[in-house]
Amino acid sequence: MKKMHFSELWCSSPRYWGGLSFLAFLVLLGLGAFYHMEHNGHWVTGMSNHLVWGLPHVFAIFMIVAASGALNVASIGSVFGGPMYKPLGRFSGLLAIGLLAGGLMVLVLDLGRPDRLIVAMTNFNMKSIFTWNILLYTGFFAIVGIYIWTMIDRKATQYYTVAGYVAFFWRLVLTTGTGSIFGFLVAREAYDAAIMAPMFIIMSFSFGLAFFIITLISAYWWAGRTLGEVRLARLKHLLGVFVGAVLYFSFVYHLTNLYMTQHHGVERFILLEGGIYTVMFWLGHVVVGSVIPLFLIYSPAFATSRFAIGTASVLVLLGGFLQLYVIVIGGQAYPMNIFPGKEVIASSFLDGSIVQYTPTPAEGLLGIAGMAVAVTMVAIGARMLKVFPDSLEDPAEVEHA
Amino acid sequence: MGKHNDQPDGKRRQFIGGTILAAGAATVAPGILLTVAQATGESQGVSSDVRYGMLIDTDKCVADCTACVDACDKENGLDLQQKPKGQSDDDWNAQRPQWVRKVQLKDRQTGDITDLPMMCQHCEFPPCVDVCPTGASFRRADGIVMVDRHTCIGCRYCMMACPYKARSFIHQNVVNQLVAAPRGKGCVESCNFCVHRIDAGKMTTACQDACAKEGHQAIVFGDLKNPESEIASILREKNSRQIRADLELNTGVRYTDL
Amino acid sequence: MLSSTGIRRFAGVLMAGAFTFLTTGVLGDSAVTPGSKAAGMEACVAPTAEMRRNHMDYLKHDRIKTVRKGIRDIRNSLADCVDCHAAKNGSGGYAQIDSEGQFCDKCHNYMAVDLACFQCHRKTPGEEKLSQSALDGGNVDHRLGLLRDKDAPAALAADELVQLQAIVQED
Ligand code: HEC
Ligand code: HEC
Ligand code: HEC
Repeated sequence: MKKMHFSELWCSSPRYWGGLSFLAFLVLLGLGAFYHMEHNGHWVTGMSNHLVWGLPHVFAIFMIVAASGALNVASIGSVFGGPMYKPLGRFSGLLAIGLLAGGLMVLVLDLGRPDRLIVAMTNFNMKSIFTWNILLYTGFFAIVGIYIWTMIDRKATQYYTVAGYVAFFWRLVLTTGTGSIFGFLVAREAYDAAIMAPMFIIMSFSFGLAFFIITLISAYWWAGRTLGEVRLARLKHLLGVFVGAVLYFSFVYHLTNLYMTQHHGVERFILLEGGIYTVMFWLGHVVVGSVIPLFLIYSPAFATSRFAIGTASVLVLLGGFLQLYVIVIGGQAYPMNIFPGKEVIASSFLDGSIVQYTPTPAEGLLGIAGMAVAVTMVAIGARMLKVFPDSLEDPAEVEHA
Repeated sequence: MGKHNDQPDGKRRQFIGGTILAAGAATVAPGILLTVAQATGESQGVSSDVRYGMLIDTDKCVADCTACVDACDKENGLDLQQKPKGQSDDDWNAQRPQWVRKVQLKDRQTGDITDLPMMCQHCEFPPCVDVCPTGASFRRADGIVMVDRHTCIGCRYCMMACPYKARSFIHQNVVNQLVAAPRGKGCVESCNFCVHRIDAGKMTTACQDACAKEGHQAIVFGDLKNPESEIASILREKNSRQIRADLELNTGVRYTDL
Repeated sequence: MLSSTGIRRFAGVLMAGAFTFLTTGVLGDSAVTPGSKAAGMEACVAPTAEMRRNHMDYLKHDRIKTVRKGIRDIRNSLADCVDCHAAKNGSGGYAQIDSEGQFCDKCHNYMAVDLACFQCHRKTPGEEKLSQSALDGGNVDHRLGLLRDKDAPAALAADELVQLQAIVQED
């Protein structure tokens, strides 16, 4: 195989700085929203004692899940020996770090007492899956950092394979951990399913790759570099497989829930009677997030259409976001079954009734700022480090790839 | 649920398993395992020789009576917290703290109506404690489950984990508190069996007193481990139930005639 | 907003030396506010110099005892600090202990320490501390701080009035 040459991503200054200032603006808006929420307290959000985790958590979980999936491309390159993917490994790592940082930022800024972050970093309850996640996230930064280093620095290449395996393993555990955050909520019917953790892993593959494809196309367009058709087609087909798998898992998840009589209520709520959540599930997750992208990916009419690939990826992200919204928020909106066999006639605490949730703009701005942080880190990282190959032209003999 | 008082024998069920706990014990910051270890060492510290619990006789609980709720609000200064300016009543109702609430239930089978107060059930194996990342949610040696609001970071994972929706988050600045019940923005809180009264040697909770004063006497508070205590003897005589007994949390709050 | 205690701590250590000097120099002999119970007393819960230097550690150490182990008669109780150190204001009530110029603000303001404690803890002496009443053997909770003090003027702050009414109704 021809030797790849990597270099920092340069593009014309106005374009670069213009992009960065836009991102900075989004981040500033988000910080304003954070100040608003922390100064007043969470009463200025739509969250309550009944809908405990809201829009910021959807954003955060979305990005954290995607982060681990974004590393997939690198893993395929080093763990599964796919030479077509190997040159993309560095960027894959960078994107993963960016997304994780963005997601964690949102999570932290939504805490009731973010000023006590230091407490979270020094007091650990090792029984908490949350604690394990904190450790997993921290480790992820370190390991992926080292991984990228072994890819960039020639002196470190002998550790490349080891780092690749460690990173691969770590990220699977990390996503399992994120999924388990919900798996541990035994009392909430929507989350009480063993399939939750594997489903999160497959979701991470799909969202991460979609992010990867979008950022890759934009970066090469931004810098005016060549990106080969075959390579993109590879990624595209991989995305197709993942999207299909997510849909399948989603199907199995709801099917198993339907087998458990005590979960019928919540299933009927999500699938039929949940209003906005039902729409988000069918229209958002199934149609926009799965069926249309699959069509764009596999229809011969769009075989080489870059626009179709980009659109498919964006739709996958949109649908994925809505899917998480349904899981996180829809799952809380449906009342918990505190008194089995009884019907709640009256309660001052909204027992037995469906909870309304209307996110406020501040919550959305905070989430978007997290996204902006992720992209900013990628943009700056790509400009300072040699993460992108000069050219990703298709190799001459594709067969062996 | 037989007529028995299934009290803990010290064996702790574990969610994740012994290995993790052992690894955790080695690395954990001081203060977290403290509660488990410190049962008897200190001369005045709370002891695991007692386990506080509550028994609610739902037959005696009266519909539309909110004496226990009002007393709790007053005892803990919850009523000093007011609706933020410009907030709608619905939002305020969804966000204001409620440590104890009145619930009315109808049996789907028999149509029987039950009234009861619902609060933190003070589990022996509390899910909120298991999930809390900083160890702020903890179970005192005497069985009271509470939040150390000096280490609570306001992540609300405990609220997600609680099967009883017993916890409230403070969504706003609090300007006025009682000395005995500090509380403020950004932390999670819940019923703590009026811990400041218990520690001061007073063996009743505010809700219990209020209920008795109304003449209902639906609430009995006491030491489950002491066979002489009123609560233990009633538990021996009457059938009682734990709410969501299927979760095997061994709650400290029990209900009769539910 | 995202304050780092670690950094503050470090700055504090640096300033600790300078501080002993400052308290005598800039702030005068004592930070104790006139009109507080402490003003008429001899000593704090620990030697004054020690208190100046270590009160934050004492407080944070002792609060673990109270919250985690239920030990109420700790030496360094925040409620006690407020009891002794809160000063009466002109209108008969108490000034909030962390408000400008009051005891817990005096040095902190100077050192740019931002106390979070009083976001939750009551800023004025309130009802009688329960542990106290328990030690005395009586159940005299919910007595008002003001009535406890024989030579204090019998004036009430608005919230105390509400409490008083509540108690009167109860009895
Ligand atoms: C029994 C009443 C009492 C209590 C309770 C009390 N203090 Fe004091 N404190 C005093 C008195 C009296 C002085 C003045 C001592 C002196 O003049 O040397 C003082 C002095 C101090 C000083 C030194 C002020 C200076 O002049 O530099 C500090 C700091 C202090 N107290 C902090 C605290 C803290 C923190 C608490 C709570 C843990 C507390 N005190 C509780 C009575 C009290
Ligand atoms: C988020 C709310 C919150 C904040 C902020 C907070 N506390 Fe507390 N504190 C509490 C609660 C709740 C208790 C338990 C009271 C009880 O159980 O009686 C408590 C108890 C204490 C006690 C033991 C009771 C007493 O009055 O002696 C001390 C000492 C204490 N806190 C010190 C502090 C100090 C010092 C700070 C600031 C660094 C602080 N706290 C900040 C909520 C808070
Ligand atoms: C004599 C001056 C002085 C007085 C009076 C004083 N403090 Fe302090 N306090 C300090 C200094 C100096 C620091 C900073 C030490 C550091 O940064 O390590 C401090 C720090 C603290 C801290 C730690 C701050 C943090 O965020 O970790 C607490 C808690 C505290 N003081 C409580 C009190 C309380 C409560 C009172 C009133 C009863 C009080 N102090 C009165 C000088 C004082």
